[in-house]
Amino acid sequence: MSSAAISFYGGVDPDTGKVIEKGHPLEGRSVAGRVLVMPVGKGSTVGSYVLYRMARQGTAPAAILCGSCDTVVAVGAILGDIPCVDRLDPGGIGDGVVVTVRGEEVVVGE
Amino acid sequence: MQLDDDARRLLDGAGGEAARKSMEILVALGTIYEAERLIPVRSAQISGVSYANLGDAGLELLEAWARDGRVACPSTLNPAGMDLVAWRAMGIPEEFAERQLRIVRAYERMGVVPSCTCTPYFAGNRPAAGEHVAWSESSAVTFANSVLGARTNREGGPSALAAALCGRTPDYGLHRDGPRAPQFLVRVEAPLPSAAHWGALGAALGRLVPGRVPLLELSAGAAGDAGAPPEEHLMALSAALPTFGGTSIFHVAGVTPEAGRHPRPADGVAIGRRDVAEAFAALDDGVEPDLVFVGCPHASLATLRRVAGLLGGRPVRRTLWVATSRAVRERAVGEGLVGAIEASGGLVVADTCFVVAPLAGRFRAAVTDSAKGCFYARGPNAMKVRLASLEECVEAAVGGSRES
Repeated sequence: MSSAAISFYGGVDPDTGKVIEKGHPLEGRSVAGRVLVMPVGKGSTVGSYVLYRMARQGTAPAAILCGSCDTVVAVGAILGDIPCVDRLDPGGIGDGVVVTVRGEEVVVGE
Repeated sequence: MQLDDDARRLLDGAGGEAARKSMEILVALGTIYEAERLIPVRSAQISGVSYANLGDAGLELLEAWARDGRVACPSTLNPAGMDLVAWRAMGIPEEFAERQLRIVRAYERMGVVPSCTCTPYFAGNRPAAGEHVAWSESSAVTFANSVLGARTNREGGPSALAAALCGRTPDYGLHRDGPRAPQFLVRVEAPLPSAAHWGALGAALGRLVPGRVPLLELSAGAAGDAGAPPEEHLMALSAALPTFGGTSIFHVAGVTPEAGRHPRPADGVAIGRRDVAEAFAALDDGVEPDLVFVGCPHASLATLRRVAGLLGGRPVRRTLWVATSRAVRERAVGEGLVGAIEASGGLVVADTCFVVAPLAGRFRAAVTDSAKGCFYARGPNAMKVRLASLEECVEAAVGGSRES
């Protein structure tokens, strides 16, 4: 769960899935295989291609839940077949919680 | 968002996998921006070409889409990471070149013209006023909206390609009248005699009024001797404004096609000599250049004529690169301009620019007439920069120091 925007171009290492942006709240932690919850995406449109690359090599998030989805993340999620939910109120979601994403439906807990 | 039967068929995969993904992208964007419908586009300008930016992932994706993706409207391409012909003269590594050529070939298989330029409007893709297009490349987007009166949002590479493959784009943002209206009045009192000055103005404005559409009113001195600025100067503003935080559309009273169509904003500022001088100073790292770069965005034929004229056959003592489109370069070859510039020791490169070419570490400092060029030379290529007029750039190339 990220409290700050994530830039996939330059802010994340596509080979490991680790956030590498200096001073980012998730710096050093990996998004690979997790349900990533973030307020919004940011950065260059090249980020869409980075998400696709991460999906191809298994380092992408299992799903992305956004408060307000930007075009870079929305397009990257489509390219990489990553489930993505927009306009999400993250109430009740925190680090380590099990989240099930089925289409537009987000279920918190087992 | 309302979808017609054609759009639904593409979503169901009847047009192939690339068209299906593309329509998914257009629907997702339309939903995010609350568009009511898709509208047809007359052309697309597609960024995301340099292998330095796309990497192997982008290459893979484009080759996958090229299996069944075909463009549905005339589509042109942004600059690549090298001159597609003279890449060896630029010192581009073999492996980079091989992958760069594969990227361009994948676009070609989809029917995209490999124009490889950020000034498609000088190279055969020039929309008319009122036409809806789907363009990426912020300088071209801003020029199309502001100077040509065409209508496009600032697309990213994948969304422009998606629009090209479907022939459509969601109807929101700068496709609509409202977001095109000026929100801020800028009285320009400083003289703006060169493209570099217009770029400095764009840098000042981007910081002064981020995200707000400006209406410029030029004093007699700012407009220049001809009474209206040449397209090359408006192009420099189109490049600088979005680079430094401004909008993808501006209006100039009495000059650009939509300037008189909207109410004049009440709020405003004046830009004087000092503001422009400060913008120049902010783009001067005070280092002697080892690269002189002209052609960001890609130079017009008129600019190539001026470079050849200013050189006047004198040999250059510093590396001089002039970047332009393949189409303009060919016309310049016909006029003897490329021969003249290269006889002086300059290089007229096509298809690429120093924003997307892998130049990091090869040059220490660049002098250029482009404010946008300064911004990106400092970033990815980690160079020191100085913004200067075309005359000063050419003098720097033939060896005069900045004090002379």
